[in-house]
Amino acid sequence: MRNVLGPSGIGTKASSSSAHLLSLSQRDLDSVHSSAMGSLSSHAAIIPDLDSIRRETGCECARLRWLEPGGWGRRRCNAARMDLQRIGALAVNPLGDRIIESFFPDGGQQVDFAGFARVLAHFRPVDDEDIGNRDPKQPEPLNSRTNKLRFAFQLYDLDRDGKISRREMLQVLRLMVGVQVTEEQLESIADRTVQEADEDGDGAVSFLEFTKSLEKMNIEQKMSIRILK
Amino acid sequence: MLRAALPLLGLLLAGAGAVEEPTQDPGLPGEPPPGLELFRWQWHEVEAPYLVALWILVASLAKIAPKVQAGLLDFLLFGSLISAVDPVAVLAVFEEVHVNETLFIIVFGESLLNDAVTVVLYKVCNSFVEMGSANVRATDYLKGVASLFVVSLGGAAVGLVFAFLLALTTRFTKRVRIIEPLLVFLLAYAAYLTAEMASLSAILAVTMCGLGCKKYVEANISHKSRTAVKYTMKTLASCAETIIFMLLGISAVDSSKWAWDSGLVLGTLFFILFFRALGVVLQTWVLNQFRLVRLDKIDQVVMSYGGLRGAVAFALVILLDRMKVPAKDYFVATTIVVVFFTVIVQGLTIKPLVKWLKVKRSEHHKPTLNQELHEHTFDHILAAVEDVVGHHGYHYWRDRWEQFDKKYLSQLLMRRSAYRIRDQIWDVYYRLNIRDAISFVDQGGHVLSSTGLTLPSMPSRNSVAETSVTNLLRESGSGACLDLQVIDTVRSGRDREDAVMHHLLCGGLYKPRRRYKASCSRHFISEDAQERQDKEVFQQNMKRRLESFKSTKHNICFTKSKPRLRKTGHRKKDGVANAEAANGKPQDLGFQDTAAVILTVESEEEEESDSSETEKEDDEGIIFVARATSEVLQEGKVSGNLEVCPSPRIIPPSPTCAEKELPWKSGQGDLAVYVSSETTKIVPVEMQTGWNQSMSSLESLASPPCTQAPTLTHLPPCPLGTEEPQAPLNLPSDPHPSFAFPPSLAKAGRSRSESSADIPQQQELQPLMGHKDNTRLSPGIANSHWCIQFNRGGWL
Repeated sequence: MRNVLGPSGIGTKASSSSAHLLSLSQRDLDSVHSSAMGSLSSHAAIIPDLDSIRRETGCECARLRWLEPGGWGRRRCNAARMDLQRIGALAVNPLGDRIIESFFPDGGQQVDFAGFARVLAHFRPVDDEDIGNRDPKQPEPLNSRTNKLRFAFQLYDLDRDGKISRREMLQVLRLMVGVQVTEEQLESIADRTVQEADEDGDGAVSFLEFTKSLEKMNIEQKMSIRILK
Repeated sequence: MLRAALPLLGLLLAGAGAVEEPTQDPGLPGEPPPGLELFRWQWHEVEAPYLVALWILVASLAKIAPKVQAGLLDFLLFGSLISAVDPVAVLAVFEEVHVNETLFIIVFGESLLNDAVTVVLYKVCNSFVEMGSANVRATDYLKGVASLFVVSLGGAAVGLVFAFLLALTTRFTKRVRIIEPLLVFLLAYAAYLTAEMASLSAILAVTMCGLGCKKYVEANISHKSRTAVKYTMKTLASCAETIIFMLLGISAVDSSKWAWDSGLVLGTLFFILFFRALGVVLQTWVLNQFRLVRLDKIDQVVMSYGGLRGAVAFALVILLDRMKVPAKDYFVATTIVVVFFTVIVQGLTIKPLVKWLKVKRSEHHKPTLNQELHEHTFDHILAAVEDVVGHHGYHYWRDRWEQFDKKYLSQLLMRRSAYRIRDQIWDVYYRLNIRDAISFVDQGGHVLSSTGLTLPSMPSRNSVAETSVTNLLRESGSGACLDLQVIDTVRSGRDREDAVMHHLLCGGLYKPRRRYKASCSRHFISEDAQERQDKEVFQQNMKRRLESFKSTKHNICFTKSKPRLRKTGHRKKDGVANAEAANGKPQDLGFQDTAAVILTVESEEEEESDSSETEKEDDEGIIFVARATSEVLQEGKVSGNLEVCPSPRIIPPSPTCAEKELPWKSGQGDLAVYVSSETTKIVPVEMQTGWNQSMSSLESLASPPCTQAPTLTHLPPCPLGTEEPQAPLNLPSDPHPSFAFPPSLAKAGRSRSESSADIPQQQELQPLMGHKDNTRLSPGIANSHWCIQFNRGGWL
């Protein structure tokens, strides 16, 4: 079982005020300094499609760590996997690795700002007005209930076969059940969990079954972060 | 003061009229109206009489306005006590209404903290009044504001300190369960007294004490203590509530205690409603700036309407000093009216109001493992996303706190065993299992075979093997009741639930067995269908046992040796042991230095019983078992007869084998009797042969790896050699080849998970047995017994 309480757990807390700087290399620092002096127009030139990104994802991009003055710097078009891994709090998050993975969909090492914002857009709160005047022909917005659920589902579904197998469930449970439960107990919990959601009896949880098992939960509320509004 | 303001009001009104006039007039006299006017504005015609009438009206209203002789400070004092929303009333009403959790916790939480703040305000104002308004200087007001913080924060700090003490103390009470409720009450009360002594907010201290220690204390104390605390608290609360409302009623009719003033009463009623609404609107506006889910208008209405005053206000007003506050009687009357009005009128109408406004109700649905798990996942996802975004919000700080709690606080304040099982996912799993078991007992008392069994919380009964009790029940519907001890995988403070469930299961499962006995006796007249069923059941039981062997094989070898020790000692005492010859196992032992073996085993046991924090609750399991045996013992007699019936060639070794091999049987001497008697009784003659045969094949399969404690791993292969011939020897004699065990062994998928079921069971049993061993079985006895075994082996 992964040690959730890594030694870095508290150290991160202490330096949380400077958490933004944690993810900076020296090169980044330089770029931050230069960009701080640069004007807004230069920033727009470096990430040219900021407006289109905003239109697509609805994210208020300026609030993201990427673009903050102390953040990763505005000059950079791509963030590397290492940047995310260097965020201290993520390292102690049991699902941290999987979250990082979800930013790099095809196993790549780089993500551009649009992709970054697209992932984060899953966590935008749902606006009532958005639902009201949404064009039905357009694809569902990224922060719809289904897409939020799909994001979570993909964290479980490691082999991307559209099903959470018993083994995958067990892996998640191992991360989540923090206390010392024996492997056998974990297995039985996993069995039970799969069995509970499994309706067609194939021993795995499909996305449909996943959705169904959560139909009573207010996903729109649970999977939203206010700051991304 | 009020009168002085009246002319001003009149002037304002007049001024408004004067300002209005020019704007209205120009259109009117200019051109004559074309037809009949529907509406005419003729202020100037009525101006003078209207103003005079208003003057008189306001002046007369001022007459009914309080004629109470009280200064500003007195009214502030009254305001501070009447503004308190009472938690008791709120709780009573809102539990009935079932609004959604957010709304409930906002109103209830407000009343809880409000309570303390009110007391603080009341104290400050009271001391001002006692000082006299003339003596209060500006610095005193500042001090008053400061003392608000000192008193409330200090009270909270005192409460937290006592919460810490309480949690820490209960961590060490596992041997003196009886004092746990006492500790909870006394330490909480000590928090109250300490805060009171330092003239801090005592209510806040008690509240914080409860808030702070609940998680740890609840995990530490036993389930019985928890129930005791809970119900004593509830009883005390309702007693106090009753008394205070009785006092309220009594003083309501005791006119010597109060003085009526319509103005004060009406004004207070109006203003508490008005300012409550105003306060709610303003504060929710501020709150909504920071909330993901905004509080909408309906929520605000319910929150304003839910401001029920209650006992606290009344108690505080009664405590006023008539010498210092001359208007006390008026205040008492007003308070009584306000309390009655809010509790009776508002309390009665809030439910229809909530229904009418269609406030989101709280929905209760059964927890499912999926929901619990996914909820945790979502929390972690959100915390991670907050990290990535770089904004530290709610989830981030909660995550931080949880990690801190897990790393330090829980370690420090929770008993290790409690800490180990303190997990929500695990809790849900555990509760689901218990529910299944209980519902099985409710309906399953009549289920004879395992096939017709459906469990409510199990949507699909697929063949995915699991260790949950449901599966066990399904598996061993009529068979070994013993295996239900798997349920016990949690060695925790849930002894009560355990006990209840065990008793239920014991009672529930006994019936089918009894019925089975009847069918068994019928079986002796040989019935084919019955026979097949028997076979099936028997096979299942055997499979289970076999798998449990396999599990012991890889895991805990010493559990085996220990039970054997104990069981053998027991058997010697009981004299149950017959001429049954020892089988291969003791023979193996015989080749070793027996004393050395015993010593290691003993030490391991002690270690186990010490290190594993077996608590008294675990004894519940034993109690249950002992009960079961009382019924079982009489069966034992029958079985004694039965043992004679089958062919003597095979029978003698078989019970011994079983008892030797099955660790859980030997856990209890009685238990062992039970199982052996069960098998001998249930299984008809032909099946006895099958049993014996399978047992011997079992030995040959399972015994080599698990031969005794780890100390014996270097065992020479010769006992194996002696064993194996026995199995083939029996095989040909078996008329039912269906009992061949290798096929069942081959069912790897199932057996794996089932063996996993057995491991916790054995782990569960260990401490129990270790405990008993220490008291009952001295190494000497065991030693001598091993010698006996050895001799027997040699004799065989």
